[in-house]
Amino acid sequence: MSADAPVELEMPCAREAIAALKAGQYVALSGQVYTARDAAHSRLRRAVEIGEEPPVPLEGRIIYYCGPTPAPPGRPIGSCGPTSSARMDPYLDLILSMGVVATIGKGNRSRQAREALVRHRAVYFVAVGGAGALLSQRVVAARVAAYEDLGPEAIYELTFDHMPLLVAYDAVGGTIFAGEEPLLGGGKNGA
Amino acid sequence: MRCITEEAISDLVRRLCVEANLRLPDDVMAALQQARETETSPRGRWALDQIVQNAKIAEQEGLPICQDTGVVFCFVRLGQDAKIVADLESAINDGVRAAYTPFPFRASVLADPLRRDSNTGDNPPAIIHMRLAEGENLEITVAVKGGGSENAGAVWMLTPAAGPADVIRIVVERVKEQGGKWCPPGIIGVGIGGSMERAALLAKMALLRPLGKPHPEPAWAELEKSLLQAVNATGIGPMGLGGKVTALSVNVEYQPCHIASMPVAVAFDCHAARHATGVL
Repeated sequence: MSADAPVELEMPCAREAIAALKAGQYVALSGQVYTARDAAHSRLRRAVEIGEEPPVPLEGRIIYYCGPTPAPPGRPIGSCGPTSSARMDPYLDLILSMGVVATIGKGNRSRQAREALVRHRAVYFVAVGGAGALLSQRVVAARVAAYEDLGPEAIYELTFDHMPLLVAYDAVGGTIFAGEEPLLGGGKNGA
Repeated sequence: MRCITEEAISDLVRRLCVEANLRLPDDVMAALQQARETETSPRGRWALDQIVQNAKIAEQEGLPICQDTGVVFCFVRLGQDAKIVADLESAINDGVRAAYTPFPFRASVLADPLRRDSNTGDNPPAIIHMRLAEGENLEITVAVKGGGSENAGAVWMLTPAAGPADVIRIVVERVKEQGGKWCPPGIIGVGIGGSMERAALLAKMALLRPLGKPHPEPAWAELEKSLLQAVNATGIGPMGLGGKVTALSVNVEYQPCHIASMPVAVAFDCHAARHATGVL
């Protein structure tokens, strides 16, 4: 896939292992993550506003911005590539403050989102958008964890086996995207 | 006069929706493979390797190419000598339902765009663009388009003082702003002239032109070439990860417009540029 061998990462893992990742590193992620996209984030925020507990435990977890297609017979899940992360920027600080250690999506994000990552020592991975059939082969189990009525926008718990990711923003402000300056303390790791 | 039934229309739309979601058109696949060879950035190649492999897996395994199975766009050319024994819109939407519900495609349409609290469940309504043509055939091109690429589009009402350099400048600015959000490298359609809404439609129709086929008029083909060079010079690359292939093609369509106006629209189609055509 690339000359750089990916870093193997298995969830659950120590926050330090995630905070130590550097922008530009390839990662093969295994273990459990939760999906959430626009509607699930909106509900999570409402739950917090009215003082409810989130429907799934978020401490130490990874959120994957994804709305999969339904599972065909004999498979855990259908196509399941990442959606554009920037739409979830308004919710990022909130979910990080609830203990989320990393998010996975596609595309670059706002400066405020990057600052929130640094504040919470969290990272942002990208997966290849539009590669949903390929990425579904790296999902070995799936179940609806919350908000089932949202259909494709429900929170699913997915179990990854070596999901191919790239660290786009690291916990110290580093970025891989052209035209973005590293935040204070971060490094530039251009293509 | 030739009669075309509701069942025939629904079945055609159903088949085209399934085909578009599972199989990339040959010209798009060939262009992606070519992009993989051209691209020199390691991250760009990392993305393109997966993109090419993904299309093969989708076709072999019968999985949607992308989880965003999109909104269905139907470009209809109705021969004026044909008689449609049906409500054409209903027949098309029934075809969409018949494709999206039994096949595990994602229902991605919300009934209320503002309150956003109810999914239509089986993916209608399609966006239908209809034109009359000669003859007695009904030709339908189905394009399934995800939200990421759709969100990247724009329309500008430039002043008549603007020229080709201004068109290139605003398109490149838009490409830079959008980064990897539209899942490059894909196709960029530019519509110039007509009116506000017609420029947008021209841009959409430009996305459907077969790859490798420039505009038939040399001046417009030249503009397409300049636009492609300028877009690829941004360095945004596959999935915005850096590289020299940001667009596979830039296609321009134009039509006459008012002496006071210069409408310009840009539409984006992701690397999974999914469309299929059939004729009744």
